[in-house]
Amino acid sequence: MMGNPRETILNLALVLLLAAIPLVATGMGEPFYVTLATRMAILALAAVGLNFLLGLGGLVSFGHAAFFGIGGYVAGIAATHAFNAEPLLFGLPGTNQMIVIWLAAVLLCGLAALAIGVISLRTSGVYFIMITLAFAQMIYYFAISWPAYGGEDGLSIYVRNGFPGVNTLNGLHFFYLCFGLLLAALAVFSVLRNSRFGAALEASRQNQQRLAAVGIAPFRVKLVAFAISGMITGLAGALFADLNRFVSPSMLSWHMSGELIVLIILGGTGRLFGPVAGAMVYVLFEFYLGGVTERWQFFLGLILLGVVLFARGGVVGLIAGKARHG
Amino acid sequence: MQTALLIEQILNGLQFGVMLFLMAAGLTLIFGVMGLINLAHGSLYMIGAFACATVAAATGSFWLGLVASLAAAAAAGAIVEVTVIRRLYDRDHLDQVLATFALILIFSEGTRWVFGSFPLYLDIPPLLRGALPLPGGGAYPAYRLAIIGVGIAVAVGLYLLISRTRLGMRIRAGESDREMIAALGVDIRTLYTVVFALGAALAGLAGALVGALQSVQVGMGEPVLILAFVVIVIGGIGSIKGALVGAVLVGVIDTLGRFLLPVAFATFMDASSAAGIGAALASMLIYVFMALVLAIRPQGLFSAQG
Repeated sequence: MMGNPRETILNLALVLLLAAIPLVATGMGEPFYVTLATRMAILALAAVGLNFLLGLGGLVSFGHAAFFGIGGYVAGIAATHAFNAEPLLFGLPGTNQMIVIWLAAVLLCGLAALAIGVISLRTSGVYFIMITLAFAQMIYYFAISWPAYGGEDGLSIYVRNGFPGVNTLNGLHFFYLCFGLLLAALAVFSVLRNSRFGAALEASRQNQQRLAAVGIAPFRVKLVAFAISGMITGLAGALFADLNRFVSPSMLSWHMSGELIVLIILGGTGRLFGPVAGAMVYVLFEFYLGGVTERWQFFLGLILLGVVLFARGGVVGLIAGKARHG
Repeated sequence: MQTALLIEQILNGLQFGVMLFLMAAGLTLIFGVMGLINLAHGSLYMIGAFACATVAAATGSFWLGLVASLAAAAAAGAIVEVTVIRRLYDRDHLDQVLATFALILIFSEGTRWVFGSFPLYLDIPPLLRGALPLPGGGAYPAYRLAIIGVGIAVAVGLYLLISRTRLGMRIRAGESDREMIAALGVDIRTLYTVVFALGAALAGLAGALVGALQSVQVGMGEPVLILAFVVIVIGGIGSIKGALVGAVLVGVIDTLGRFLLPVAFATFMDASSAAGIGAALASMLIYVFMALVLAIRPQGLFSAQG
């Protein structure tokens, strides 16, 4: 299933554009734009995770900041322990190796998503929205009132974590690392969407009774989707912490959860590259409006309201036309 | 002295719960009648607090401020309903979440634009500045008792409004079958606006009452909004009785947890780490409670829809 040709061309263009921004920026001696592009790639990755749940499964999780933040704290805590050479847990040392951190973040977020999912997925509709929100708030307040890792002030990562063979301190290298992970996540998304599992997930959105009638338990399908979704978003969180060299409870806040949903809607719900388009547009908004006026969130609100009320297909829908049902 | 402290904490919990009820009642009413999830409810709370603080500062009267908070929040609610919310009733929950999230951004930044980033302060009216003695020693602020009284009055008033008046009958009819009530000649659009404004006024009242206890600032509505969500999820979405029971439960559990957990942990560990762990766990307590309720009754304690 390739969607329509215009969407394919648009997707290619988006990827090439995102890949080219840092190169051009470095050539022009503007390292700040490299950071901007890295931010786009990481937010897109986080939104790809959520898109899995929201776009395919139709499950509106308003608590994905939980996984984003847990991923971030894994990176922050591991790096802090490695920096201070203090053992972490059960005598295990901290680490400044990204691969280990990524694995830990993905694993921990998967477990957290399973725990949250088992309870949340018993409900549906508005209840689901509110319960995922409440769980994320629970973790948020825990992070704020737990003094060991900075509490409300957050936690600094003094040196960006390393990756074998890559100089992560170089913005360009770090960007391509994040970009590579984004492409990998998009590939996973695409493969899963076209698989038997993806079909079952989309069917669970459309009609649970029929899905159950053909012998597939909707609950299990949704739970697995929830876990995968949390894992991808958690990985993005670990990268985000490394990008900013800082983690704070704001990564866990409900504004973050809202932002992730906004990215998907801006781009186009359920589209493979919706999150990429959404993240690029959002970061650009943030940057340019933020440069023009201090009150950029006011205008962001107006634009968002306009998109929800009048342009429901998002950027991808606007350019590439309606989604094929499939 | 220990019992007096405990009574004081229970009263604090009740006061907090009553305040949550004012928020949750509007949310659950709006959801029950219109099927709308309104994240911007916390903004209406903030508008109530700002209106009260501004009018009280200008006129010197808290009571005029209170009237202004009701009027401002109800007016803001009605305007938002007519311009934006009305278009969302037929949309799915995702669109509602996003549009009302956008409204929060607009309201928060708009308020910061007008009033600046510094918090405003609101004084407790002179009439309620004293304290009343508690049984077992100690005293309790009259103002907080008055909030509890207001909450009980609102609960009774809402009950009477919904079960005894014509408007209440229409609200109940709108909950069970909106096509039928429209077919019977009731102006459903006006009814929706009225219900939304009523919920907004309750949120504004809560904001004004709490404004005298805390500072009035942008973003003050958001923590309360999320707690109000927890309340209506526990109570059962759409049920006002559920909102009342859920609000009191959440208020008391949260307040007592913050008071008792550090004390309990101090019995078997040193004081400073007990305070840290106790506080961290206490802040999670109501969410754990919510998870427990949902694990047993996924539709909440008093679900309106069966």
